[in-house]
Amino acid sequence: MSISSATPTLFSAARALVERDLRLLWRRRGDALQPALFAILVVVLFALAMGSERELLSRAAPGVLWVAVLLSGLLALDTLFRGDAEDGSLEQWRLAPVPLAWLVLVRTLMHWLTTAAPLLLAVPLLAELLYLPRTLWPVLLLALGLGTPLLSLLGAVVSALTVGMRRAGVLLALLALPLYVPVLVFGAGSVTAAAQGHDPAGGLLLLAAGLLMALVLAPVAAATAIRIASQ
Amino acid sequence: MPQTSTAAAPLIDVRGLSYARNDCPVFGPLDFRVERGEALLVQGGNGAGKTTLLRVLAGLLDGESGEVRMAGTSAGPATRAGHIAYLGHLPGLKADLSALENLDYLCGLLGRRPSLGLEEALAIVGLGGYEDAAARTLSAGQRKRLSLARLWLSPAPLWLLDEPYANLDLPGIELVNRMVRAHLDEGGGALVTTHGAYAAPPVRTRLLALDAAAEAA
Repeated sequence: MSISSATPTLFSAARALVERDLRLLWRRRGDALQPALFAILVVVLFALAMGSERELLSRAAPGVLWVAVLLSGLLALDTLFRGDAEDGSLEQWRLAPVPLAWLVLVRTLMHWLTTAAPLLLAVPLLAELLYLPRTLWPVLLLALGLGTPLLSLLGAVVSALTVGMRRAGVLLALLALPLYVPVLVFGAGSVTAAAQGHDPAGGLLLLAAGLLMALVLAPVAAATAIRIASQ
Repeated sequence: MPQTSTAAAPLIDVRGLSYARNDCPVFGPLDFRVERGEALLVQGGNGAGKTTLLRVLAGLLDGESGEVRMAGTSAGPATRAGHIAYLGHLPGLKADLSALENLDYLCGLLGRRPSLGLEEALAIVGLGGYEDAAARTLSAGQRKRLSLARLWLSPAPLWLLDEPYANLDLPGIELVNRMVRAHLDEGGGALVTTHGAYAAPPVRTRLLALDAAAEAA
């Protein structure tokens, strides 16, 4: 009975968590499509309500797409730590011999992969519905590709703060929205800038910088928040 | 157990440990220790602070005062993680995963003894044949047994068992006692809380009565 040989490494603990999340995703594959369906619903309803004016829709498209993606992310945010907090998994995470921040990072990236990534696949379809010129697709996808993980990481901090509460729905949204606004402004702004013939690099670089900072800081902040919230 | 220089030091040595929630004292100050091959039975009525004591020792609650030393070193979060296996009221099982998948995940996260297979551990706790049953279909007692399998696979020398007899039938209680005895024979230690209704495991046992907060050897 040797302790050192059996202690999980960062890699093996992450693999255990990833395997678990993929299995859970497979068991409840219907739930996994909810955020994407919600975003599609918002965009379709918007397109129907605005009528078939091609010019109008294509000008509103970047903003509408970003808002749809952001709201569907907010909808899925509550599931990030809620289940693990209620069944005691978070307790075991805290007792694991790997840093809690690392597990939080892995869990958040898995959550992004299972909720936001399917949505990114649906974005070209949604862009087509809103008559967004195809030349703008690369900028749109790049902005969303940088922006949605950033939203997930910011959301992880807020979600961790409310992990001790039974019903945190509205509070979660109120806490998360101020953090989400800059991402929305730069994300939608870069696509709009590209549509008007300007260089979108500024907004995209800011998103990339924000993502890098969040990758480092958000898991630590979320881990601290979980410790405080579950006292 | 590896015979290192820390082998002689008690598994856990607690001096003057007390804990207060919002300035309202929950227990303590307590002094006790658990040597290798020894069990400490923590007794007390409902609300006496048994669970709180175990959660403080596991590092799940902060803000205690006093000193906790584990295997001779002052216990920070990193020491505790490799040193402690905690069995609490919440099992940490995923309802949609099977018994075997749950065990696989928890062992991947918490570490396991390489000498024992997952199926073997399930058989030992009486869950042979339930490997592929989803945790949601297991009864409360069977879920407890699944947690016991996780505990049995854990490489940690010190077990913190919070009401391990809850939900278990008579053979299950016997199983817990057998597991504790085997663990202690290997040089491990255990803290077991109980409200006193059950027989203690037949091992070298100290008693900590939380109501009076006094230790009898």
